[in-house]
Amino acid sequence: MRFLRPHTWAEALGAKAEFPDALPLMGGTDVMVDVNFGRARPNALLDLTAIPELRTWAPDGDALRVGAGVTYARLVSELADRLPALAAASRTVGSPQIRNRGTAGGNLGSASPAGDAHPPLLAGGAEVELESVRGARRVAVEEFFAGPKRSVLEPDELIAGFRARPATGPQYFAKVGTRNAMVIAVCSFALALRPGEGVGTGIGSAGPTPLRAYAAEEFLAGELADRWEKRDALPGPVIGEFAELVAGAARPIDDVRGTADYRAHVLRVLARRTLTWAWADHCEGGAGCA
Amino acid sequence: MTTPRVGERTGRIGDSTARPDGTPKVTGAFAFSSDLYLTGMLWGVTVRAPHPRAEIHGVDVGPALAVRGVAAALTAEDVPGRAVYGLDVPDQPVLARDTVRYQGEPVALVAADHPETARRAAAEVAVDYTVLEPLTDPRRALDDGSPQLHPGGNLVRHVPIRRGDPQPTAEVVVTGEYTVGMQDQAFLGPESGLAVPAADGGVDLYIATQWLHVDRDQVAAALGLAPELVRLHLSGVGGAFGAREDLSMQIHACLLALRTGRPVKMVYSREESFFGHVHRHPAILRYEHGATREGRLVYVKAEILLDGGAYASTSQAVAGNAATHAAGPYEVPNAHVDVYALYTNNPPCGAMRGFGAVQACFGYESQMDRLAAACGLDPAEIRIRNAMREGSAAITGQVLDFPAPVAELVRRVRDRPLPPQRSTDLRAMPGGVGGTTHGEDVVRGVGYGVSIKNVCFSEGFDDFATARVRLEVTGGEPVATVFTAACEVGQGLVTVQEQVVRTELGVDRVMIAPADTSVGGAGSSSASRQTYMTTGAVRAACAKVRDRLAGRDPASLGDEVIDATVEWRHRPTSPLDPVTGQGFAHVQYAFAAHRAVVDVDLGLGLVKVVELATAQDVGKAVNPLAVAGQIHGGSAQGLGLALMEEIQVRDGEIVNPSFTDYLIPTVLDMPPMSLDVLELADPNAPYGVRGVGEPPTISSTPAIVAAVRAATGRNLNRVPVRPEHITAEGLSVEAGR
Ligand SMILES: Cc1cc2nc3c(=O)[nH]c(=O)nc-3n(C[C@H](O)[C@H](O)[C@H](O)COP(=O)(O)OP(=O)(O)OC[C@H]3O[C@@H](n4cnc5c(N)ncnc54)[C@H](O)[C@@H]3O)c2cc1C
Repeated sequence: MRFLRPHTWAEALGAKAEFPDALPLMGGTDVMVDVNFGRARPNALLDLTAIPELRTWAPDGDALRVGAGVTYARLVSELADRLPALAAASRTVGSPQIRNRGTAGGNLGSASPAGDAHPPLLAGGAEVELESVRGARRVAVEEFFAGPKRSVLEPDELIAGFRARPATGPQYFAKVGTRNAMVIAVCSFALALRPGEGVGTGIGSAGPTPLRAYAAEEFLAGELADRWEKRDALPGPVIGEFAELVAGAARPIDDVRGTADYRAHVLRVLARRTLTWAWADHCEGGAGCA
Repeated sequence: MTTPRVGERTGRIGDSTARPDGTPKVTGAFAFSSDLYLTGMLWGVTVRAPHPRAEIHGVDVGPALAVRGVAAALTAEDVPGRAVYGLDVPDQPVLARDTVRYQGEPVALVAADHPETARRAAAEVAVDYTVLEPLTDPRRALDDGSPQLHPGGNLVRHVPIRRGDPQPTAEVVVTGEYTVGMQDQAFLGPESGLAVPAADGGVDLYIATQWLHVDRDQVAAALGLAPELVRLHLSGVGGAFGAREDLSMQIHACLLALRTGRPVKMVYSREESFFGHVHRHPAILRYEHGATREGRLVYVKAEILLDGGAYASTSQAVAGNAATHAAGPYEVPNAHVDVYALYTNNPPCGAMRGFGAVQACFGYESQMDRLAAACGLDPAEIRIRNAMREGSAAITGQVLDFPAPVAELVRRVRDRPLPPQRSTDLRAMPGGVGGTTHGEDVVRGVGYGVSIKNVCFSEGFDDFATARVRLEVTGGEPVATVFTAACEVGQGLVTVQEQVVRTELGVDRVMIAPADTSVGGAGSSSASRQTYMTTGAVRAACAKVRDRLAGRDPASLGDEVIDATVEWRHRPTSPLDPVTGQGFAHVQYAFAAHRAVVDVDLGLGLVKVVELATAQDVGKAVNPLAVAGQIHGGSAQGLGLALMEEIQVRDGEIVNPSFTDYLIPTVLDMPPMSLDVLELADPNAPYGVRGVGEPPTISSTPAIVAAVRAATGRNLNRVPVRPEHITAEGLSVEAGR
């Protein structure tokens, strides 16, 4: 097996162009599991850990640009104020060891429907930055996933990072698992309120890919349009309808972790609860505290 | 309690003594059997059948042998001795010849110079199968139309118990049907070992096991060798919980080593481990309890089906246990119990911590709660009213001639102060950092569970342990060395032998020789028996040494070596009457009580166990620190069965053979525990000890489920309880809000 360890981003792109079947390696928390289980036998590994740019984040215009190699631990400690739902999701990933190595870039690379970074990225309207020697492109997160564990990443492309606007209102992430830590989501949901603008949603583990609940977003944005300023209580039926629309957007299946019915039920409950919390925060003038 | 230190040369019976392997295990320095290495060794790999039931028409190892680096590829034809093995009934092929009875059954073996080569070559072995419809429903195992999986039919054992009035009536009657899912032992350190061919034509096997001698006898039979030519040496064991009582790779590694003339190492992956050992029997339990209006038990009727899977393993003994413990630690004058252990094409089931008593306990404790509700009694009160005590007769007619403080155990957990109300920390909520509730829909419940478990082997089994103690002066100091074949599997025997010798001989320096088959058998480290048995044997050997010492100071021995070996037995038990199930079947019972406090998110069905309070009588706490560890660990394993641990089997196939989806509790799932350890000596046992390991596993499960029922009002007749079991009944409530 070939082991490639570029030291600059340009070298990395060059290596990926030359060896398109080289498997990128960041935290290795998915790659090494696949190798150890015999599910992956790559001809080459492309180790990206020596590339400093991937480990950085910085404001870029009105957005925030986060390198693909920023770990969950750092998303929690450095970005909880600006990307609260992503930080909340990061806190639920694996164990401290996994959070010290695992990255949101790697989560995107694996493109699992259960990846915990995805719902908050969807809700936050993030874009994924892809790059190859041919050039760079940006893809909205919801366009990035092509199927279970499949994405639009081309063989010669790498994920440079993602861009998201810092939260302008309350954000929440909630994840149901059958134990209290170290668990793959049975189902998860993220909600971002953008006062005066609209609403973002993200659904995890309830479809072939992570999903946005478009109809729910549209409905709620309409309902909230003249309430952002008033900050009065949301009527129960609004919350109920939002919850129904979120559940309706999912395409869950029965599997070893849970049933389709349970997942749809969970989405209803989580949509209702996160909206209640987020709206209460908004009414109190808080910026959100996932 | 004294504060233990590592490497300390003190610690007598009753002192808290640190495990020498504790720190190495936590820091990763401990050498497991999978770390064994010899230059020039080969790696063995098992070819397993992918189907739960099939006929084999041929196995072609040619393509595997053609892979460069492969030294041998073996099939059933290459087993020189007895082709089958098994703990009670030798019904399991060393390698399947013409029939496959469960998914993952070994069919062929490959040895190569590199594990990756061996795995690739194993994939080249061509097996010609005709796939057959598997029998997977134990309720259909005895039907006329069902396939007969073994020559004698599909019944492994039926155990009836008939006591008292055959047609009893009662003022209050409650019935219930309960189901227990398949739990896995999930021990540390998957199956592994190293077989080294010896110059005398024999073989040395370095192995992580629970029972060296029974392994040895089965390996020798399959190899067609005299037992003396097969020498087993215990190597680093992570844990066992029953799963190392049956053979896994023992015969296979030896076959490959003798064939190739080279050392052969085999190591299962975690996934293979799920196919490589027996699991806890899934059970279907039907109960009827009759009582007076005051809640005094009049009768218990029970029918229990145990799914033994493809091979017998210890199903016979598990059935005996489920039957004799079917009414729990309660006095009941009339009993009508039938337990059936059955063959199916599901994964083989056998020993696991609690051994038949776990399944029964979920049934009878669920019934006691129903009875309490029907009689308008507090759940603790109904248990106290019916509690066994010294002098009580079990449903087998056996009279308890040792302390049985069941009522006291229940009172102790009941009278503990309840934990404070929930804090607002997310980690204290059901769902934890998942952030699924800020307290909405969270309800609290309290539940009780009480267990009874036999200690040591039962039903007339010739149960013994051997110990050899040598006393000599080395480096000017008296040193005692203990030789046994007793397996340390994490339970704490490692300090116990030293403690006995220090107590009996007054010698500080005690060495424990590595366990192997060069001394007589010690029996299995199972049935909560090894401290009882090996303590008895070491103490008796020390008494012999002391006799020969005849009052002399050990330091004055000079060149004299005193060496004594004792084969020690507990008082005999007797078989159950085959018709009535009556008999003195168990040498000792152990008891534990749990009170569980849980918070449940009614909306999502997520459970947070807030506190477990437990009280257990251990007779004598030989090492109080280890006793606490056993109670913590056992309770955690019971929590796992209550809330998450299940091997999911669909049409005979395991769908979650990994720690990604076979969930065991983490430190964030296990609540703080309060422990109340009673020491009421059993006059029949050495130092009065009572087995410790199993009771806490048995009673924590029903206590937790009872607490979830109390919180939610749901029936919950199946473990593990899954979130959708809680929400399914509540969907309409939730949706209407
Ligand atoms: C014990 C354990 C617990 C876990 N718990 C969770 C959990 O709770 N939630 C969760 O979502 N996940 C969990 N995971 C999975 C894993 O940790 C996450 O998916 C993590 O985000 C992967 O990141 P990584 O940096 O380790 O990626 P890697 O393993 O290095 O890579 C993952 C994939 O992305 C590709 N890749 C990585 N970087 C790039 C790049 N820059 N460009 C293109 N492709 C790239 C790799 O080739 C590979 O296909 C767990 C894993 C383990 C082992």
